[in-house]
Amino acid sequence: MTTDTTTKSPEAADAPPSGAASAPKRAARGHRRLLTRRDRITLAFMAGVPTVLHVALVWVTALASIALAFTTWDGIGFDSIQWVGLQNFRQLFADNPQFWPALQHNVVWFVVLILIPTPLGLFLAVQLDKNIRFSRVYQTAFFLPVVISMACIGFVWQLVYNPDTGLINSLIGANKPGHYIDWIGDPKLNLWAVLVAASWRHTGYMMILYLAGLKGIDPSLREASSLDGANEWQTFKHVVFPTLRPTNTVVLVVTIIESLRAFDLVFVFNKGAQGTELLSILVTNNIIGESSRIGYGSAIAVVLLVISLVVIIPYLVATFRKERRS
Amino acid sequence: MYLPLSGPSAPTPSRRTLLRGIGGAAVLGAGIPLLSACGSSGTASDPKTVTVGSNASDAVPKKAFADVYAAYKKQSGITVDVNTKDHNTFQEQINSYLQGTPDDVFNWFAGYRMQFFAAKKLATPIDDVWAKIGDNFPDAMKKLSKGEDGKYYFVPMTTYPWAVFYRKSVFQQHGYKVPTTWDELVALCKQMKKDKLVPIAFGDKDAWPAMGTFDQINFRLNGYDFHVQLMAGKASWTDAKVKAAFDHWAELLPYHQDGFMGRTWQDAAQTLVAKKAGMYLLGTFVAQQFTNKADLDDLDFFPFPEINSAYGQDTVEAPTDGLMVSKAPKNHDGVLKLLEYMGSPAAEELYLKGDPSVVAASSKADTSAYSALQKKAFDMIGGAKSLTQFMDRDSRPDFTSTVMQPGLQKFLQNPKDVDSLLSSIERQKKQIFATA
Repeated sequence: MTTDTTTKSPEAADAPPSGAASAPKRAARGHRRLLTRRDRITLAFMAGVPTVLHVALVWVTALASIALAFTTWDGIGFDSIQWVGLQNFRQLFADNPQFWPALQHNVVWFVVLILIPTPLGLFLAVQLDKNIRFSRVYQTAFFLPVVISMACIGFVWQLVYNPDTGLINSLIGANKPGHYIDWIGDPKLNLWAVLVAASWRHTGYMMILYLAGLKGIDPSLREASSLDGANEWQTFKHVVFPTLRPTNTVVLVVTIIESLRAFDLVFVFNKGAQGTELLSILVTNNIIGESSRIGYGSAIAVVLLVISLVVIIPYLVATFRKERRS
Repeated sequence: MYLPLSGPSAPTPSRRTLLRGIGGAAVLGAGIPLLSACGSSGTASDPKTVTVGSNASDAVPKKAFADVYAAYKKQSGITVDVNTKDHNTFQEQINSYLQGTPDDVFNWFAGYRMQFFAAKKLATPIDDVWAKIGDNFPDAMKKLSKGEDGKYYFVPMTTYPWAVFYRKSVFQQHGYKVPTTWDELVALCKQMKKDKLVPIAFGDKDAWPAMGTFDQINFRLNGYDFHVQLMAGKASWTDAKVKAAFDHWAELLPYHQDGFMGRTWQDAAQTLVAKKAGMYLLGTFVAQQFTNKADLDDLDFFPFPEINSAYGQDTVEAPTDGLMVSKAPKNHDGVLKLLEYMGSPAAEELYLKGDPSVVAASSKADTSAYSALQKKAFDMIGGAKSLTQFMDRDSRPDFTSTVMQPGLQKFLQNPKDVDSLLSSIERQKKQIFATA
């Protein structure tokens, strides 16, 4: 409809001549003359549609779920929405036996990712950066898990961990009564079992980020440090690592995001049962299903949102401040 | 016609467009249900077609239903248009499905889950149908098909009991006797352990199998009425009766298979197939894991033993599947005719020919083609004084999935800490049942 009107509109069709005729009058408006009415409409459309979609799908939904966090609602008809104030949050903090473990596990997820796969990824990146033989092969091998979706990784590792028929228990004979290792069910083990799988993937991710960072380092820096007589470790510690600062920031942010959005792997693994609860899984469990607790689930989502904001806001502030300075 | 955000030249329409966009987004944010509700006018009704939304996505039941509908078409000239969705997806989306443009008839479960949607006015009462098919069903089935308002909302098709399964050859080889009391059961477990068998196969990775064990112990110990009260949120979970049920369970737990939290019911059933386990408490669908004919013939079951002589073995857990009518069927007359047919013994017999893993809900269906296992299941259900559905079909699904599933898993991990667990369950139950 819109395009119809525009093409038929006489102004648009006659734009160049009319523009030329009124040139002296409109001279003061400068560059705006370059855009015909049609251009402006197209531009408005190109900017407008995404904006509307963004506002509708991101902002409105986010705000709606914040509003819903203060209600109870079973998802059937709008008239069953009831305002309950802070009740959902009170219940969540005081009475939900899964909430605090879930929060704790999200934190553990972050700590483990930052302590194990991140340094490992850095180590691998430094080794691969030396252009050793078969460098490409190693690079591919370590990066391969990153290409696979988390859900598939969940399926694969589930086969490895299956207590009766899994690879590990079959190899070490821990699937007999009496000495039994329940990798998926035992709450003391299952989080760590999942984290091994998560780290397996995260290492490759970190490696590729650091590799990119290392490629960007000016070779003359290394040259200078070797001229100064620094050994490999000293070069790394005093020259290479400090220049990786921007990469480290990215790595930190990526890892925080990964630990907050952790979901698919665990959901496939054991649906966040005892020992592997995560905030994202609690949200899903409460919202999806035949009679849902949408208000309660939204309250958990809001907690997750607040945590994300606590992390994101300082990062954004720092970034903007840097931009303003430069 | 108007462009959103096209600048100050056209403020009013752009605001309207924006608002419309936001309205649409609010609907989206509220979940897909309302979005699909917008187009509920749908197509004009065709008096010769009835649509059915089906969760029978597995090959065997899907084919069995198709056969029944084909036979119905031949008889009545009415085409049944089946819209099959993956079983679990169907369940997860039922809420939005029923609010949107549902099919005329849909597959569903008896009990609280049926009553919930009936109470929400998302189903049509079918007392007319029951006036004609009522004689085909035993009283326990009638009770199961009524909503809280006393009207009928459900036509039961098939059912299956939960019981303790075992292999005849294993019992013969060791000279075991079927236990009929709790003490005999515990003694048998001890003996099996001595004989290097896993007394009770168990897998609770999917979190629902544990509910079956709790149900059995609870209604054997405290009776059917208490089960209903407890599931309806009326009885307290901190009641000494519940505590006693958990104490019994704790007594039996050491005889359960190790590592059950990471095992699916299918894997647990395999230990029974392999004769490594002596018993397995599950629904008759356990037979699906017995792919070898000789193994299947060797499979038998007994009702969960008596715990309290006041109740004996009078209650049977028998989840019942059947059909319901959505809130505004397009072809109302056709729906009534179809359901009348589906409630007839002939339709059930035809269905069971295609899917022999369950038994007929009707007491009139011909049982001559049943396997020994089916006959036994049919008699067990027919002889029951009361039928239960299963914890997650007898109670609010939001309560069972978000509170009871993790709660029971917690108990299984740490059976000693029952008191604090039960008070936590009770607190959460009150919160959930407080919302309408």
